[in-house]
Amino acid sequence: MIQEEPNIQIPNNTENSVPDITIKGLYKSFGENNPILQGVNLTVKKGENLVILGKSGSGKSITIKCLVRLVEADKGEIFVFDTDINTLGNSQLNAIRARIGFLFQNSALYDSMTVRENLSFPLKRHSKQLTTDEVDAAITEVLESVGLADAIDKMPSELSGGMRKRIGLARTLILKPEIMLYDEPTTGLDTITSREISELILAIQKKNKTTSIIITHDMACAKLTGDRIVILKDGVIDAEGTYEELEKSSDEWVRSFFI
Amino acid sequence: MVIYLKNIFTDAGNVTRFTARFFKEIIRPPFEIKEFIRQCYTIGYKSLPLVGITGFIMGLVMTIQTRPTLAQFGAESWLPGMVALSLIREITPVITALICAGKIASGIGAELGSMKVTEQIDAMEVSAINPYKYLVVTRILATTLMVPLLVIFADGIGILGGYIGINIHSDVNLYRYFSQVLASLAFLDIVPPTIKTFFFGFFIGLIGCYKGFNAANGTESVGKAANSAVVAASLAIFIIDMLAVQITDLFF
Ligand SMILES: Nc1ncnc2c1ncn2[C@@H]1O[C@H](COP(=O)(O)OP(=O)(O)OP(=O)(O)O)[C@@H](O)[C@H]1O
Ligand SMILES: [Mg+2]
Repeated sequence: MIQEEPNIQIPNNTENSVPDITIKGLYKSFGENNPILQGVNLTVKKGENLVILGKSGSGKSITIKCLVRLVEADKGEIFVFDTDINTLGNSQLNAIRARIGFLFQNSALYDSMTVRENLSFPLKRHSKQLTTDEVDAAITEVLESVGLADAIDKMPSELSGGMRKRIGLARTLILKPEIMLYDEPTTGLDTITSREISELILAIQKKNKTTSIIITHDMACAKLTGDRIVILKDGVIDAEGTYEELEKSSDEWVRSFFI
Repeated sequence: MVIYLKNIFTDAGNVTRFTARFFKEIIRPPFEIKEFIRQCYTIGYKSLPLVGITGFIMGLVMTIQTRPTLAQFGAESWLPGMVALSLIREITPVITALICAGKIASGIGAELGSMKVTEQIDAMEVSAINPYKYLVVTRILATTLMVPLLVIFADGIGILGGYIGINIHSDVNLYRYFSQVLASLAFLDIVPPTIKTFFFGFFIGLIGCYKGFNAANGTESVGKAANSAVVAASLAIFIIDMLAVQITDLFF
């Protein structure tokens, strides 16, 4: 009787089918006649990598910013870890935010701090009981995992774009997030570095069992990292499927992403 | 016109809310002591040379300019007292505050503005760090505390400048000069102007932070934030000065 439903349909890395993120009917506009999101519906299962594609300015960044309430949505429900984040007070919201890592489109490293301080700044505030040695160990470990252990005493201005991306990634990883939101992790990087970052994203998913949303224009990255892909168009999710499915879509507009 | 008025009221509302948040956050732990001390260092210590030089020049110039008038009445012996009075009551606080508006308010406006534009403030917020507490409260506190200290420092240097100014034409020894200065100063000459400088400092920090924190997106808004911080802070200094003088006049 137990065997009646054999555990077949577990796609890729998906642990189980509990959604970690659910967005229902998300609306957001800037001014009266500038609607950006017009009813986005989205679910991301636990342990899944979801890739969001869409033209520049279609509202991809806004969508994930609504998810952590950096941007207040006009309308719509957003559930993260089964909690409706729009109803939360400040301290509860911060408790959720501490479990989410957000990689910004332009890395957003703290200019006035060294790499080491960039990493210790969030860590010290979240784990106050850590000793200096433990903080240092955590910093070294996470820097090694992004391959930049020797940049520890540099200032952000001394780093290249790709290095900044990786330090930005390290800064979010150091808090061991359960959800990762990547905003264009590979944009502006060469093919080789892009692939390294994509592989890093995959490694993070495997190692920490994180749920991720990856916004990208880089199809190689989408192919490598995405368990599932959605395309944002005119403020709604226009298409959804795996890379292979969308590549063969009957919709020419959808296919145009894959050329 | 209607839009213009509406903007003024929205702005006033936003500033009020920003200020109210300051008083709310300042009493709530955790306190960012380390960042506060760092800000005191950058805001206070780093401004010492600039404030010192202008203070010295004000003292020197005031003495040289006042001498002929007093000489006409044969009242040259009043020179130290008069210069000290005008320096301490009015000139040093206002000039120092204006210099601080130029250096500190614009610095804070540009720094926070660029942090806002490059999403560093957002990054703090999503990692559950309160950027208002870390960036704004510490800076406003530091300016509120440091500007009065800078003014006192400039007062001292200015009076020293006055001494050198007097000795260009005559020969007064230092001890006599200082005893004349001290004899001319009363409670009313020192305390109200000092209280005033706390307000100068508070508003320099507040306006710099407000402009920076609310910078729009895009790099050109960083320059705008810095620029409008200086303009608004300078204006605020004159308005506070006017109010302070009226209030002192009314009560004493
Ligand atoms: N603070 C804001 N005020 C006004 N309009 C905004 C604001 N933020 C974003 N927008 C607008 O919202 C739209 C979507 O922005 P968003 O950053 O989500 O685009 P995106 O899909 O991430 O594009 P890209 O791929 O270029 O990063 C843009 O047209 C932008 O002009
Ligand atoms: Mg974007």
